[in-house]
Amino acid sequence: MKPIEIITQLLELIVALAAAPLFVGWINQCRAWLQNRSAPSIWLPYRGIRKLFHKDAVIATNASRLFRLAPYVVFGAMVIAAGIIPSMATRLPLTQVADAIALVGLLATARVFMSLAAMDIGTAFGTLGARREMMVGFLAEPALLMVIFVASLISATTALPAITEHLATQRLGLYPSLAFTAVAFLMVLLAENARIPVDNPATHLELTMIHEATLLEYSARHLALMDWAAALKLFNYACIGFALFIPWGVSTRGSAPVALLASIPVLAAKLAVAGALLAVLETVSAKLRVFRAPEFLATAFLFAVLGLLVHLLLRV
Amino acid sequence: MGFLLLIGTPLTGAAVLAVLGARRFAPRLNIAFSLVTFLAACALTVVVMGAGNLTFAREQFFIDPFNVFLVTLTALVGLTTAVFSRPYMRVEMEHGRVRAPQLRLYHSMYQLFMATMLVALTTNNMGLLWVAMEAATLSTVLLVTLYRTGPSLEAGWKYFVLCGVGIAQALFGTILLYFAAEHVLGAEGVSALLWTHLNGVKGSLEPKVLSLAFVFLLVGYGTKVGLAPLHNWLPDAHAEGPTPISAVLSGLLLNVALYAVVRCKILVEGSLHSSLPSHMLMGFGLLSVVLAAFFLWRQRDIKRLFAYSSIEHMGIITFAFGMGGAVANFAALLHMTVHSLTKSAIFFAAGHAAQKSGSQLIDNIRGLITLSPTIGWGLMMGSLAILGVPPFGVFASEFLILTTAMREQPWATPILLMALAVAFAAIFGRVQPMVFGETTARRLPHPPALLPVFLHLALVLALGLYIPPYLAEWYRAAARLIGGG
Amino acid sequence: MAGVPFDLQLLNLCAALLLLLSFAMLTQRRLVNLVNLLAVQGTVLFVATLLIAWRTRQAHLYLSAALTLGLKVMLLPYLLHRLIRRLEVYWDAEPLLNISGTMLIGVLIVVFSFGLAQPISALASTATRNAIGIAVAVVLLSFLTMITRRKAMSQVVGFLSMENGLFFGAMSATYGMPMVVEFGVALDVLVAVLVLGIFFFQIREQFDSLDLHHLESLREDATAGERE
Repeated sequence: MKPIEIITQLLELIVALAAAPLFVGWINQCRAWLQNRSAPSIWLPYRGIRKLFHKDAVIATNASRLFRLAPYVVFGAMVIAAGIIPSMATRLPLTQVADAIALVGLLATARVFMSLAAMDIGTAFGTLGARREMMVGFLAEPALLMVIFVASLISATTALPAITEHLATQRLGLYPSLAFTAVAFLMVLLAENARIPVDNPATHLELTMIHEATLLEYSARHLALMDWAAALKLFNYACIGFALFIPWGVSTRGSAPVALLASIPVLAAKLAVAGALLAVLETVSAKLRVFRAPEFLATAFLFAVLGLLVHLLLRV
Repeated sequence: MGFLLLIGTPLTGAAVLAVLGARRFAPRLNIAFSLVTFLAACALTVVVMGAGNLTFAREQFFIDPFNVFLVTLTALVGLTTAVFSRPYMRVEMEHGRVRAPQLRLYHSMYQLFMATMLVALTTNNMGLLWVAMEAATLSTVLLVTLYRTGPSLEAGWKYFVLCGVGIAQALFGTILLYFAAEHVLGAEGVSALLWTHLNGVKGSLEPKVLSLAFVFLLVGYGTKVGLAPLHNWLPDAHAEGPTPISAVLSGLLLNVALYAVVRCKILVEGSLHSSLPSHMLMGFGLLSVVLAAFFLWRQRDIKRLFAYSSIEHMGIITFAFGMGGAVANFAALLHMTVHSLTKSAIFFAAGHAAQKSGSQLIDNIRGLITLSPTIGWGLMMGSLAILGVPPFGVFASEFLILTTAMREQPWATPILLMALAVAFAAIFGRVQPMVFGETTARRLPHPPALLPVFLHLALVLALGLYIPPYLAEWYRAAARLIGGG
Repeated sequence: MAGVPFDLQLLNLCAALLLLLSFAMLTQRRLVNLVNLLAVQGTVLFVATLLIAWRTRQAHLYLSAALTLGLKVMLLPYLLHRLIRRLEVYWDAEPLLNISGTMLIGVLIVVFSFGLAQPISALASTATRNAIGIAVAVVLLSFLTMITRRKAMSQVVGFLSMENGLFFGAMSATYGMPMVVEFGVALDVLVAVLVLGIFFFQIREQFDSLDLHHLESLREDATAGERE
């Protein structure tokens, strides 16, 4: 393990932790512009997290140890995931811990703990949120796995950095299979990160919540960690999307250290465009009724399977 | 020249009758066009008798022993049905079931239908065969719904959808056939789709592709033949449409569709050298016979009854073609001829019987002999003929088929015999009270057309007793062409 | 993936789009959108035919492409839209199977058709031979569309989509059929739609609805309606 790799890894983790709330702030800014209102400051998520850390945590009397443990587990999983995903470089020592499929498992672990903790207190809304969250997750996971399968088939490996490297060196051309899987991935991203059309992140009505309902019982540092973890999850998903579909700009094996520094502005640009696109998607779509969410996810799965079939048949 | 007249006359007739079809002389005009078509067919037959196989229009059309008698048969039944249709439709107009604009549609579509069938029979181009079959379906859809009642619309819809989907499968089969042929014959011009050329090179066509193609072609064209389990449209279309249409559907369209199937079978068998096509034909044929025989018992409508009888007989013919060999093919070809004549005769009689009694339900038609002996006897004789009573021609062909089956496919013989017996009991049991006993019939405002019924029955009787040498020679030559067995 | 010429890439893209469109038609409930999807399918076919014509330098394929454009992109959707407006049938609300189930069956069908088309693809000598499986899949998916619908109009769109799939199959396996046959097929399709138009009016007149539920009354032992 060369020192440059350790530096790369740490740099990536720091960038992820620092940039995730900014990403969320940027999306809110774009959404406000599209809705013709003035947005809160881009730095508001940071201020929110800082404020929450200064508060005293209030926990229900019947909360178990799981409830106290869950925010740390979730946040930790997201941090590890951020370390595995090649957002800036492909020479990451931490990637030997998990390949793309294990990454999906890692995200699933976070989801499971979040749902269990939400059910831990025993309130109606917590359980409601947990059940819905698990339903969305259970349907989105096959689609995500199928996307990764297609990418793996094309690159003959399941290690995410290797996939990125392979796809970055491909000739430029039309790849319908990747196009289909990109659409599928986008739909999974919207579903897993509780964006419109699956879930409204700004809703106050508990009966319409999916993700927010699992957070109702948290306060202070626990809530801060969960919010940060949610922002990190969105950041991670965006970086997975970049790694699979827009891999250029990532410093690959054998490139000079300066490429590492050059990859930061590239990442920033990609995130800016992705955030704007996400805001546009959220503005033009309406939230689906909850029982239609499975149809949405089935469509995502369908796109992913189509991408797989097209790849198998047409070799594109 | 004769060929141009053969195809051109019904086409012209369709155009003319589209304008004049509602006039009082329209039925006579219809008969006139059909007569000219029939004479052209006869003239062509005479030429073929002297000169052998013929091709026309740079090999796009051809006449060989297989389709020569079918062409004349089609023209003949077309003529007699036109003769029958004149008084029949007049009575229907009197009863108010059809109005003048619909008669225009009826007459022009009738001629168009004749044209498409003749094209399908004489074309050498497999693609054009497909186009003609689809056109034949389309020209009769609106005729099935002529009466605009609820059930007739449903029958027409089923007919359109089922036959449309089936024909689409046949198109895919044709594409596969072209695909296999292109490798051998090249893609220049239309040579790769011409049956005569394909027949010449069938040994070198790719077997895997052809077996797949045959499956699609059999399912596709087989839907139009009425083979079970794709037969659902047939009883409804026959029962709800006007009787002349039931007659031509049963007597002619089923034959033409089966002709298409057999043409494909010749090609596929030549390429495969396996018994897949013959087994498939035998399987579908037997299934149709058995299914039809049992459904016959549940029928309460006279036209549905005889529609199922058509399914049964087409099943027998398909089974015979599946067996293959000189005798079975000969019998199948003979059966095609006599079934066509007999079934149309029965429909003529049944149509008038229904008109006289005011209902198509078997329970409501009683004692035809008393008021109208000719219709009663026509129905009786026709039923006996179709049930295979000697000396009618159907007996001869069924006998030949059964004996061949006993020799070559003994396992199928008890099934066939049982189905035939069941059908005999069902039909005879229903026809007998219709013809004899207390009558519910009324006089018709116009005298019924009885000549066609007895003409057909006479021909069938004649064929049962004596087959003219040239006809026998065609049957034998066609049997050799079809091969198999 | 290196070295695949650009027009072949475009053809593969067209094939993938056709598959996507068939799935979209499978799940679309609004009839206007269904007809629009059919028009888009026709456009993709038109582009594919042009590409093949350009690639193989066969003049008759340009004519075939023009025919596709005129008939499948312009005339047929126009006729169908006119029918929809005059019959005022806009929705096909109740499918026989829910959307997720239909899509899963659709995926199985695609896998099946790929397997079915393998021997043909192996023998074909065209550059687009891999797309034959997609053509068969489109045909079978259209068939599924027809089966799972209640409104007559959706079944017609499924039928026309089946014809499109067959056309694409002919295009990818043998670079199209002889022109005579193509003209005949086009004519048949056009006449079929015209006949159907007349038919729909008759059905509507009788039943006041184009729901196929009304057309299910004839059974095996049915009696034809009493005459007089």
